[in-house]
Amino acid sequence: MKVLAMARRASRLGLRFPGRSRDLCTGSDDFGMPLHVCVVGSGPAGFYVAKKLLKRFDFARVDILERLPAPFGLVRSGVAPDHPETKVVINQFSRTAEDERCRFFGNVCLGTDVSLEELRKNYHVVVLAYGAESDHRLGIPGEDLEGVFSARQFVWWYNGHPDGKDLPINLNDVETAVVLGQGNVALDVARILLRSPSELSSTDIAEHAVKALRTSRIRKVYVVGRRGPVQAACTAKELREILGLKGVEIVINEADLQTTDCDLEELQSSRIHKRVFDLFCKSATFTKCAGRDKQLQFVFFRAPVSLLAAEDGIHVRGVHLQKTRLEGSHPRKLVGTGEFEELDCGLVLKSIGYKSLPVPDLPFDHKKGVVPNYFGRVRSSDATNETERGLYVAGWLKRGPTGIIGTNEVCAQEVVTSIEEDVNRAVVSNLKEVPGSVGLESILSEKNKRYITFEGWERLNETEMEKGAVKGKPREKIVGIDEALAIGLAKEKE
Amino acid sequence: MSLSAAARRSLAQRCSHLRRESPLLWCHRSSAPQEHDLGSRRPPQPWSSRLRSRAFSSPSAASEQDKPKISVTFVDKNGSEKSIQVPVGMSMLEAAHENEIELEGACEGSLACSTCHVIFMDEELYQKLPEPSDEENDMLDLAFGLTETSRLGCQIIAKPELDGMRLALPPATRNFAVDGHVPKPH
Repeated sequence: MKVLAMARRASRLGLRFPGRSRDLCTGSDDFGMPLHVCVVGSGPAGFYVAKKLLKRFDFARVDILERLPAPFGLVRSGVAPDHPETKVVINQFSRTAEDERCRFFGNVCLGTDVSLEELRKNYHVVVLAYGAESDHRLGIPGEDLEGVFSARQFVWWYNGHPDGKDLPINLNDVETAVVLGQGNVALDVARILLRSPSELSSTDIAEHAVKALRTSRIRKVYVVGRRGPVQAACTAKELREILGLKGVEIVINEADLQTTDCDLEELQSSRIHKRVFDLFCKSATFTKCAGRDKQLQFVFFRAPVSLLAAEDGIHVRGVHLQKTRLEGSHPRKLVGTGEFEELDCGLVLKSIGYKSLPVPDLPFDHKKGVVPNYFGRVRSSDATNETERGLYVAGWLKRGPTGIIGTNEVCAQEVVTSIEEDVNRAVVSNLKEVPGSVGLESILSEKNKRYITFEGWERLNETEMEKGAVKGKPREKIVGIDEALAIGLAKEKE
Repeated sequence: MSLSAAARRSLAQRCSHLRRESPLLWCHRSSAPQEHDLGSRRPPQPWSSRLRSRAFSSPSAASEQDKPKISVTFVDKNGSEKSIQVPVGMSMLEAAHENEIELEGACEGSLACSTCHVIFMDEELYQKLPEPSDEENDMLDLAFGLTETSRLGCQIIAKPELDGMRLALPPATRNFAVDGHVPKPH
């Protein structure tokens, strides 16, 4: 009886009831109503999901929410200023945003301006792609001393992220910096500290950052890893670039390049690690050129034990490290050797991994810092295979904070395939109509919350490019939220 | 909104200025590191910027038509084939886009991503390509589903010897069926 009732309802809506036809309902005739989707987060994860959904379903209507005035997530606030070619993907994302079935809502924050529950009531599908805006902690003494920051905070600062501009960083009284971690973000922050400010001044680096870097006294940067060069997490492109940085001498202890049989096995099975290791070896044997007044030293097999305070008890003055080694096999374990040493420094940047933040009503794995999911379908908890109807995750919130921009394309395909399966099984909406954008607008209007449209962003974008052109930069990022909102919301006043 | 031709050339020049200073970038074929005066070495202009200046200026229709063409077949992850004619000198990424073949090109040919990764289905033709540069290999390191005959589509330039080449588009998703089970919604 229940099946018959559903079939009658489906037929009233002009829909084919699943099971009656084997056709995939990808055409508007089959579904009979728009598929309302809300994507939270406008970085690569969000945009690739939006792009693929719009391609897969011509009846999709995708709203992309972003808490900042400007879209594009880490492409704008994570990719380093001296990597402009990595930002070209913004063109593609812009084309997606300009699709008439897609709407951008900037300045709208999940949790503050609209709840997850409200989104799930107003949309058939909600995809959370808001990334990872927090950090793993070392959990060691001295971590909260002044002069100790996460790499993310430093990256936000030099990239003009509105939440990063007030970073209390002092580069004038510091000669040595220690970066903990040896991934690509660690190399980014080391490189920005060491690259000549005159080269940086023609990039889209934030003005307050290049100003501070011009008077920086930092001449030495240590990049410290707990394991060896065989296990380093950085990739060849970034390593190649920093090893060739103009005016910088590279210091690598040749003893760290000794390999064990286990190391050789690891290298053989990983192309990435082999090419990275080869670069370290080449660099260590390279004849030192004269006239380099800065130094980058790679320190291997050292784990931080504590961060040491200066006499004032407030500022960091060094890092206390324990020597490590790798023991056993398959998998090897990292152990301390009981030998210790210190590195003096006035700035510590922790580059040990980002971490996602939970929101109310969202299942969350606090240990891994991700939302438990089954190929993008949000699981009701870690311990169950039950999934939440119509709720999905994509990007770092789904996979953890690893991978490059392109990794999100593959990730998005997986999520969109899950969504497509669920739509086809009519699992997502149970054939019910939902308000979509109209519902969201009503919620925001009740709170007097104004949002930035994609046209508003384009105005902000033009302004940034005009300001940049005057200084020979591709753009001068508008860092203050109020100024960005004033420009982005301008036309809405009329 | 896309970059204008002038903006793209400027971008390529900025990349060139910032990135091309290291002998390590360019001595990949030599076994021993060499002493280099960083100021005197000027590496060749990246192919990607030549692509951009050609793609986004206005090539005359006549000049493209005059060029000899080779036959290229793209095979997607479902096995569907599409054969196209590609003028000599054009990259496979550009050719795919002109023929509405779904080949991603996030960085638009600037060797900053691996989304135009394609797989040569014919080993003999694969051997006819010049070796990948270090920069291409750096990007291939990160390509999903990398194989022995993988290359970046933006770096494969049509030439007569490659006539008849068949390029597979790598599968974008993992094989995720787990006994066909899909968990029930809450």
